Amino acid sequence: MEELNAHDNDSRYKVANREALVGIGLVIFNFVWWFAFAYGLGGKDPSEYTYVFGLPAWFFYSCVLGFIIMAVLVTVVVKKWFAEVSFEKEGEER
Amino acid sequence: MNWQALVPLIGLLLVIFGAGMWAGKYIKSSNTFMQDYFLGGRSLGGFVLAMTMTATYGSASSFIGGPGTAYTQGLGWVLLAMTQVSTGYFVLMVLGKKFAIVTRKYHALTMVDFLKERYRSKWVVLLSAFSIIIFLFSAMAAQWIGGARLIESLVGIPYTTALFIFALFVLIYVTIGGFRAVALTDAIQGTIMFVGTLILLVATIIAGGGISNIITDLTAENPNLITPYGADGSLTPAYVSSFWILVGVGVVALPQIAVRAMSYKDSRSMHRALIIGTIVVGVIMLNMHLIGVFTRPILPGIEVGDKVMPLIALEVLPNWLAGIVLAAPMAAIMSTVDSLLLLVSSAIVKDVYLNYVEPKASHQRVKRLSIGITAVLGIVVFVMALNPPDLIIWLNLFAFGGLEAAFIWPVVMGLYWKKGNKYGALASMVAGIGLYILSDSFFPKPFGLHSVVMPVVIAFVAYVSVSLGTRKKMLVEEA
Repeated sequence: MEELNAHDNDSRYKVANREALVGIGLVIFNFVWWFAFAYGLGGKDPSEYTYVFGLPAWFFYSCVLGFIIMAVLVTVVVKKWFAEVSFEKEGEER
Repeated sequence: MNWQALVPLIGLLLVIFGAGMWAGKYIKSSNTFMQDYFLGGRSLGGFVLAMTMTATYGSASSFIGGPGTAYTQGLGWVLLAMTQVSTGYFVLMVLGKKFAIVTRKYHALTMVDFLKERYRSKWVVLLSAFSIIIFLFSAMAAQWIGGARLIESLVGIPYTTALFIFALFVLIYVTIGGFRAVALTDAIQGTIMFVGTLILLVATIIAGGGISNIITDLTAENPNLITPYGADGSLTPAYVSSFWILVGVGVVALPQIAVRAMSYKDSRSMHRALIIGTIVVGVIMLNMHLIGVFTRPILPGIEVGDKVMPLIALEVLPNWLAGIVLAAPMAAIMSTVDSLLLLVSSAIVKDVYLNYVEPKASHQRVKRLSIGITAVLGIVVFVMALNPPDLIIWLNLFAFGGLEAAFIWPVVMGLYWKKGNKYGALASMVAGIGLYILSDSFFPKPFGLHSVVMPVVIAFVAYVSVSLGTRKKMLVEEA
């Protein structure tokens, strides 16, 4: 059977696969953070809400802080772990 | 007519127009027309890439509601909108390097090219090209109507005239400049959206007497406005969470987004785009929807959601600044329209005509045809938008979910799962589109989830089981 070249032994794919998994990991973390604060803190009666910078705490932690944390995480992950590979032919092994 | 608001708006449109023309110069002198016209010569740098992605799905969000719905629903809708932050990094990380490398090896210029090389099946190609043409064409018509309405209400000219101006403008710069013009104008538009929503949010908060004050007013009106459950308590956690599929991760499969993941210059541009994209998407989504919510106590009783942004801008900003800021929603609509236009024309010229009608067409002919079809398409959409038929509106409702249900597994599994084959891909596409239309028509919220969720799950099962079940058949065919 002829190998389809999306799955040949190109060493760059290892890097690509690892980085795709990082993306999935980040989304799961993002979801859990977003969900836990939104419904954990926001589930009570509005009269019991606490406030941060004037916004309801659930909203601040879930949407504002959550976004800032994701932006920082993405920056750190990309700068520290993402490898530079060439997209052109020279990286090919065959 | 509000000249003070109009002059900056027109000025801005001229700048965008100029950028399109400038990009057109590359096309004229190009030896690799197809690659340049449909993919900008795979030369996008980090900033332009991040902005073009943001501008393109920045309008996918206006599709699910935007500031108008936030105005009605309160903070719960902002929570829902924030599911889109993930698109900023998820698409580029998941399609990421693999898609860039593989599509270069395949010499693929469109998402369908990729599917064609990966599955080597005529039916996969034809089915995908037709889904793209039908769904995106309808999505485009709806956006044109939106663009014309905005000009109509802003400038105070009749709808038809507004539509004509809008159409002519978009058509000229897309036909002449191709993908590079689109990406470049998207970069300008994305920047306007970013700065515009920032200015407007601050002005709105000041006009409302500070955040605490606004929240107190909202609570006094209806405490549900500040809960995650929406004004009438209808936003359940299951429903809101299922938007992670529709606007968060499913976006990977939208052809207009995927095509951008094959256009970057090198890994450095991709890395920069990841960081810039995440920040810009998050800021725009948060601001745009918060503006909607915060407008409520300042301007109560707005009945048409689409008018929330223009009205609040004219209320809290000086006229000339409102003109500049209002270019933001305009920019969002234009940047969706232009990239859809290009995609539909690439599906026709590249995916259908060059593959199955006339594979040996000359360079000159392809060039004329691409430009010609792009122009003709634009004119047809224009005519449709004059008096939109019901079918278009109906199909438009399915466009994004339908494309996601169709393409997510053939693209993602095609990239990462060796055993996936053409039968799996076909089964997955048919199951995805079919179920999505059925579920959306007959069971709008199965198990309280958005109607895109079940089709995506079942399309996955179909992809995997049919691929595994036909392995022997594949081996025989290839031997």
